[in-house]
Amino acid sequence: MPERNVCIIGGGMSLWGVREASIIDMAQEAAKDCFDDVPALKKEDVDGLLFASSYCGRSAFQVNIAPVIAERIGIKPTSMCTRVDTLCAGGSSGIILAAGLIKAGLADVMMVAGGEKLYTPQRWETYYSEMASIDHDWDGAQGMGLPPPFFSMTAQEHMKHYGTTKEQLAAVAVKNRRNGSTNPKGQFQKEVTLEEVMAARPIVPPLGLFDCTPITDGCAAVLLTCEEKAKELSDRPLVYIRGTAQATLHSMSMNWPGEHLADWVHLRTAAKKAYERARVGPDDIDVAQTHDCFTISEIIEMEDLGFCRKGEGGPFVESGQGDFGGKVPVNTDGGLLACGHPFGGTGIRQAREILNQLQGRAIRQVEGAEIGLTHNLSGLNVEHTILIYGREP
Amino acid sequence: MGFENFGTVSFTAEAKVADFITQLEAGKVMATRCRKCGGSYFPPKADCPKCLSSDVEWFEVKSQGKLLSYTVVNYGPSGFENDAPYILALVKFDEGIQILARLSRDIEEKDIKMGMNLTVNPAKLPDNRIAYEFRRA
Ligand SMILES: [Zn+2]
Repeated sequence: MPERNVCIIGGGMSLWGVREASIIDMAQEAAKDCFDDVPALKKEDVDGLLFASSYCGRSAFQVNIAPVIAERIGIKPTSMCTRVDTLCAGGSSGIILAAGLIKAGLADVMMVAGGEKLYTPQRWETYYSEMASIDHDWDGAQGMGLPPPFFSMTAQEHMKHYGTTKEQLAAVAVKNRRNGSTNPKGQFQKEVTLEEVMAARPIVPPLGLFDCTPITDGCAAVLLTCEEKAKELSDRPLVYIRGTAQATLHSMSMNWPGEHLADWVHLRTAAKKAYERARVGPDDIDVAQTHDCFTISEIIEMEDLGFCRKGEGGPFVESGQGDFGGKVPVNTDGGLLACGHPFGGTGIRQAREILNQLQGRAIRQVEGAEIGLTHNLSGLNVEHTILIYGREP
Repeated sequence: MGFENFGTVSFTAEAKVADFITQLEAGKVMATRCRKCGGSYFPPKADCPKCLSSDVEWFEVKSQGKLLSYTVVNYGPSGFENDAPYILALVKFDEGIQILARLSRDIEEKDIKMGMNLTVNPAKLPDNRIAYEFRRA
């Protein structure tokens, strides 16, 4: 069989936030929302399910979770049914893997879903599980654990090398909370002002409360299929997966691959490959969802994705170049800072927003968007995962 | 004996580089070097990640390192609540390695300067636990 073009045809989300619901409940809500998005699809046609989740084994006490979800949403996958774990990038990893299976003819219609149940009756579970997210023997034993200290170091390095200011960090929070204020599925649907962000209580200086993504329960789902089947199932414009890449250059903070912590060589490596495979460059991207786990992250991503020069991410966000009307609107649905971050769900939430943008039906629409990009970083910044979508294959 | 008493919270009791702890208790912070390709590693590796050889030797990290970056941890992860606040630092050593560890408590944040010289030393923790930390050179 020749290689097939792969399309994303539908997306859905559960409500994200602090939920009194199980991970299976939320996966069902996301899947239903996703099936409702593609009314012509019969559930029997779905022959593959990938579920992206990292903490489910501990915080939901459920391993081999994919069959449990398949049964709960009433599908019987006959090509592939498994879990994917790349922590914060699990959703994007799942989409890349599903696209590969469909492209090769090893599956026809795949649901890629993902999410986490992080708020449990024992709140310490979340923080204890964090220690399993890094190289726990060494980084963990020092008390590294939670991401804020690492990204605080990153922010300090960026300030030192490029003169980035706390106001520039805050500009990212203000924009993304504004974008998220109209997203009915997100954790925070309320805007914040620059003054509020600047005056917020410090988490790990220079990062304050609004500079950090919260802890979130939630799930998301998308449907992928081959171009032919996509034409049968939907009257909406086709949205193709044009190029993907995932770069992993180290795992432990001591073996950081860049010149300093604000130099994300692994992001540039992944971006170069994804752009080449998609046959586009940074200037062609009309809309992007990037991994704003912290405000500093989005600033560095603007640079290392090639939207601006290295070191100019601060002025880029402060002058509105990452906002509507700017060079490339980023995190148009609110990003991690407003929607929250149930790790395995995030890459799928991003894909759903890009699908809506390229089909002209997003809540905050970028006029005429034809090429979109999603980006995740995972763990203590050990991997970068990029997908580029387009209206043309 | 292995890593049972390593760090404030340890996760792995058994590891092929358990001699690291024996040496730490004897007052030395050790790294490994591959005899085949010369690669130097901290944390120590029983097998070389570069050439996969298991012919490795121990060496002591003795040089004065330079501070690359640091952060003040105000909220510790589970098990570390009573330690916070503490300062984590990343230091580059002449032996071709970098180490992440805490700064000794006698170094205050106001006295920290990027590039300052630090050494890595064994550090006794409460409850008979042991780790390593950075001290003023
Ligand atoms: Zn070697």
